[in-house]
Amino acid sequence: MSFPWAKQYEPTNGLTKFLDEKLPVPRLVYNAVGAGYPVPRNLSYFWNFGVLAGFFLMLQIVTGVVLAMHYAANASVAFATTEHIMRDINWGWLMRYAHANGASFFFIVVYIHIFRGFFYSSYKAPREMIWLLGVVIFLLMMATAFMGYVLPWGQMSFWGAKVITGLFGAIPLVGEPIQVWLLGGFAPDNAALNRFFSLHFLLPFVIMGVVIMHIWALHIPGSSNPTGVEVKSESDTVPFHPYYTAKDGFGLGVILLLFFAMVFFLPNYLGHPDNYIEANPLSTPAHIVPEWYFWPFYAILRAFTFDFILPAKLWGVLGMFAAILMWFFLPWLDKSPVRSGHYRPLFRKFFWFGLIPAMAVLFYCGGAPAEEPFVMLSQIATAYYFLHFLVIIPIVSQVEKPEPLPYSITEAVLGSDKKAVLGENTEPAV
Amino acid sequence: MIRIIAILVGLGFAFVALISFVVGAYTAATEEAPDTHLPYEHPQDVNFSFDGPFGTWDYGQLQRGYKVYKEVCSACHSLKFVALRNLGELGYTEAQVKAEAATWTVPGIDPNTGEASTRPGEPTDYFPKPYPNNVAAAAANNNAIPPDLSLITKARADGTNYVASLLTGYRPPSEELLAEHPEAAPGPGLYHNVYFPNMNLAMAPPLTSNGQVTYDDGTEATIGQMATDVAAFLTWTAEPTLVKRKQTGWPVLIFVLFATILAWFSKTQIWAAVKPKKTKA
Repeated sequence: MSFPWAKQYEPTNGLTKFLDEKLPVPRLVYNAVGAGYPVPRNLSYFWNFGVLAGFFLMLQIVTGVVLAMHYAANASVAFATTEHIMRDINWGWLMRYAHANGASFFFIVVYIHIFRGFFYSSYKAPREMIWLLGVVIFLLMMATAFMGYVLPWGQMSFWGAKVITGLFGAIPLVGEPIQVWLLGGFAPDNAALNRFFSLHFLLPFVIMGVVIMHIWALHIPGSSNPTGVEVKSESDTVPFHPYYTAKDGFGLGVILLLFFAMVFFLPNYLGHPDNYIEANPLSTPAHIVPEWYFWPFYAILRAFTFDFILPAKLWGVLGMFAAILMWFFLPWLDKSPVRSGHYRPLFRKFFWFGLIPAMAVLFYCGGAPAEEPFVMLSQIATAYYFLHFLVIIPIVSQVEKPEPLPYSITEAVLGSDKKAVLGENTEPAV
Repeated sequence: MIRIIAILVGLGFAFVALISFVVGAYTAATEEAPDTHLPYEHPQDVNFSFDGPFGTWDYGQLQRGYKVYKEVCSACHSLKFVALRNLGELGYTEAQVKAEAATWTVPGIDPNTGEASTRPGEPTDYFPKPYPNNVAAAAANNNAIPPDLSLITKARADGTNYVASLLTGYRPPSEELLAEHPEAAPGPGLYHNVYFPNMNLAMAPPLTSNGQVTYDDGTEATIGQMATDVAAFLTWTAEPTLVKRKQTGWPVLIFVLFATILAWFSKTQIWAAVKPKKTKA
């Protein structure tokens, strides 16, 4: 579906006419990211991050496929083949550093994309399905990243795999058999490494499939925008191409500058030195920490330290999974008719002075050793995190009095909407 | 309904997290947690030619460091990911690499009997290991296995400075330290070092006297100089492509910067038509 004023694709020469008749790929592209997709004219730079996430997914697939040509998923040589890539393969070091930092940048842009969604309530009707698929993508990304980090078979790879699969051991009764089944043994070894490699190769293509559905679902209602007011007339939109291709091109340049600065000058900054030590099942690292993008959820896992009816470890596992799974329910928890945080005074305060500081604390504490004061800080932040999504958002959306919305996007941008004054817009205001 | 369930679940998780907090805070307030952190020192900041975004190798220093590794470290520490041919990257000529490789004894096979034997190294060989296996390494070193040094500067926080500092950080524990942390006293066969995280390590001070290694370029081989040189050499072994990486980075960044500036101009030009005109106040 699209807006009635969307430009129509017209094949101009013999080849495009032939294609349009037999397999209309050019038409698909034109309607998806070309001039045939009308997009609100007022998108801020926060709307760049979906395209950027797509870019980093493709970068990960390209560098990953090249790395897989030289890597061997066998516990006796995995570490050595990784070093072989770094030392002997032409530009192998660039491929590996780009892949390792590419994962970090993929998460950076996806976190910004998700928090953009939180602030502007992008999850609300009619965009629930886009949001649900997005949460699925995030879960798949976490699984993929976790298994990818195991592949170099360094100390953090091994012990990270042991700790994370050990979480399943917290499930009552069936936990330990499940853990053994997942690992193919009692501890991470060749069987685990092999299946992680297999799945690490598979899942990115699954992510790509879900991304296609995510974008498909997006094109049905069209993009949201910073006012949260739905598109009413043609003057509210501009064609995706050239307006947003140009804007995304600039955003891509900026993120690539940061990305290449990391790859070429600080390639190991986001990694952990212990992962340059070969995996050793007999020597436990002093502090086992996952990659930075798991820190908030790792902090939640470790925040539950008291056996309240259930064992503390099980609370931690439940809390960690619930921390993400509850995002699925957001569209039905937030009943406010207004989307944008710009027009929701109370929601906005909780977002900037509650959720963002709590996430910052969880990020910091997840990377810190399991000592005081970090554990106590993460306990308070964890409590707030759950209260924010499950208690504060439902209540605030009921009691809050939103600020007045602009009549239309055009009015928000230009200060007035002449067509609205003339009564050409017949759709009711949101 | 869904919101009532959500509120109950949210209150539940928050409640358990806060109980954990209260119990933890109570424990912290009533029981004094033993301070298990030993006050080890962070590595000193040593200047190296390859530091910073424009860093380059100092081949003289790398060759000196190689000599320190060869004459001191290699007695106990392997360098298994580095090949003898890689010495060509340190500024040696092809003939020098061949001659240098031949000074190493590598495991081989007797061509007549097929028995295991040894032979002089070739550039295609990797650095030989000092011990046949970990059991032999542990037996010869007070039960501690000397780590492989190929990646040591990447496998430790602030690795290059750490190696240089550790090699010069041996000194007897101070009395104040022992008064506060009696466990910091070195046990049998251990040596006190202020830069090692648990302050005592099984490696005896390897660099003991000035002039222990005779440098070919006439540089005075003080302990500090030898430690710095070998740290530089081990930075090269950990990442032989370090300088190439930095040198590749600049053209890439300049190219992307140029492309980004062009993208900015094209973006502003495209949007000029639909941007609201700025009205003069």
